[in-house]
Amino acid sequence: MGWAIALHGGAGDIPVSLPPEHRQPREEALRHCLQIGVDALQGKMHPLDVVELVVRELENIPHFNAGRGSVLTNKGTIEMEASIMDGRTKKCGAVSGLKTVVNAISLARLVMEKTPHIYLAFDGAEEFAKEQGVETVDPSHFITAENVERLHHAKEANIVQIDYSTQPLQNGTKKETSVVANGDSQLGTVGCVAVDSNGNLASATSTGGLVNKMVGRIGDSPIIGGGTYANELCAVSATGKGEAILRATVARDVAALMEFKGFSLMEAANCVVHERTPKGTVGLVAVSAAGEVATPYNTTGMFRACATEDGYSEVAIWSAS
Amino acid sequence: MSSSENKQMGWAIALHGGAGDIPLSLPPERRQPREEALRHCLQIGVEALKAKLPPLDVVERVVRELENIPQFNAGKGSVLTSKGSVEMEASIMDGTTMNCGAVSGLTTVVNAISLARLVMEKTPHIYLAFDGAEEFARQQGVEIVDSSHFITAENIERLKHAKEANRVQIDYTQPVQNDTKKETTIANGDSQIGTVGCVAVDGNGNLAAATSTGGLVNKMVGRIGDTPVIGAGTYADARCAVSATGKGEAIIRGTVARDVAALIEFKGLTLEEAAACVVHERTPKGTVGLIAVSAKGEVAMPFNTTGMFRACATEDGYSEIAIWPAAKIE
Repeated sequence: MGWAIALHGGAGDIPVSLPPEHRQPREEALRHCLQIGVDALQGKMHPLDVVELVVRELENIPHFNAGRGSVLTNKGTIEMEASIMDGRTKKCGAVSGLKTVVNAISLARLVMEKTPHIYLAFDGAEEFAKEQGVETVDPSHFITAENVERLHHAKEANIVQIDYSTQPLQNGTKKETSVVANGDSQLGTVGCVAVDSNGNLASATSTGGLVNKMVGRIGDSPIIGGGTYANELCAVSATGKGEAILRATVARDVAALMEFKGFSLMEAANCVVHERTPKGTVGLVAVSAAGEVATPYNTTGMFRACATEDGYSEVAIWSAS
Repeated sequence: MSSSENKQMGWAIALHGGAGDIPLSLPPERRQPREEALRHCLQIGVEALKAKLPPLDVVERVVRELENIPQFNAGKGSVLTSKGSVEMEASIMDGTTMNCGAVSGLTTVVNAISLARLVMEKTPHIYLAFDGAEEFARQQGVEIVDSSHFITAENIERLKHAKEANRVQIDYTQPVQNDTKKETTIANGDSQIGTVGCVAVDGNGNLAAATSTGGLVNKMVGRIGDTPVIGAGTYADARCAVSATGKGEAIIRGTVARDVAALIEFKGLTLEEAAACVVHERTPKGTVGLIAVSAKGEVAMPFNTTGMFRACATEDGYSEIAIWPAAKIE
């Protein structure tokens, strides 16, 4: 069967005209993170460790909406969330409302392994982080000039940007204003799914949430069955409009279609994305116990990368690129 | 979606006050107020359905009532965190539109389920938590009180007992008393009750579900359970509405509420089959109970714990209030 890995840096209305100075660093980052994941799998690292490792890397990269580079709340603050799930044991961990924790995904894993609970949030999660001695920094660490500008723009347009478009508003961005103004611009969340040659599956998702979101707003990323899910059949990580993903229980439904209807991974992933969620709202990455990969999205694009043991690999943003 | 071209199936409602290791020896002074509360809340729900209130309004109304009753682990009567504080959470879902709302970490809001509904209807979001949720509550002008309002002597005692046993009680049965040899079931963490919920369907097949809780005795501050998680503790679509109770972590892992609906939709199971499958075949014994109604007006209330405080009624005149498997009171 072989190992397989897929990762994403967010689905959304990523303009095909994305200038090179914005596109290339992200492609390079996807390539870099894919390599880390592939090396780990080739080194026989367990998929749970692999997805955590890759998502940590994505969190640390400021071009994606997680960890450093997280979008801002309507008060200009950071509130990060994440979840992780081990397909074989169905154990999972989740966190929300983090302000100082450098790697939310690792704290989610610690909740899973060091507490009798699955999900910790806000002050309680921050307190747990201190007890565990994980790396914390001043919240300003996560804030980038791009995101300050995105928030400013969203406030001017008086909208909650479901995610953020790829670039902050610039002079010649007529496309930018129309796209953002009707709330279509969507990017956000990072995630990784992996399977080893023994069929062990794992999924991890992490995000800063929505630009201009209400303080305390939780999206799909920390919700087991929403943005993250893994069982013995597949592992899924979703991205896009959090509210649409929650409503459609996206990650769970991919696995449920496989289990209850006998769909293949590809059929199940395509069904959820193209038939069960509104266009322009969702993308996902998924791997199956058999080592298959699916990366469907119903948005303009999705930053993604994947590789399988038989040598296939891909780094892409739009279709056929 | 409405089934207006189908024959009218009739309304149905079910509600619960928590599943867990409810001892058969539960003394009358503890059993009767809860049975009476279930009867009272069922009546409220039935009257609302008869008055043609939308199921979304019905489930909110019934859960508000359950939250206000101190004998159940929601609103007043919520169990306490490891710091002796209250952190309440809830979610609500409309099967017709698939709109949903959820809240967590509330300390002053009298009715969490109503705030969840406001999140659904007054914000672009689904889920608000902790300080942000409390702030939203103030903006909305919902009823808030000092958090001491929610704390009962019973729950202070439960927390004390759990701390002595150095354990997170998944839920609670009764505070420890002298002759409680049976009570030592708490010592191994088996005692489980908690959460309230309601599901309803009208004669047109409109479905709704609502769930509310104080969480776990001695839980870590900031711990979120299944109750506010769409697909875990609460779910409703065009086929059924589900509210779950029991070990929150098991319900999250088992995506319980969503799985009932998915078995109906993807495998063609009936409500009864789907609910029984999830509870008896897909979750560990002693962890889960649920109530569910279908678009056709059917009701299912399976549980794999010792008991589940529950009540249900259907338009054809059937009604039931019960705690243990065959111990129907009426």
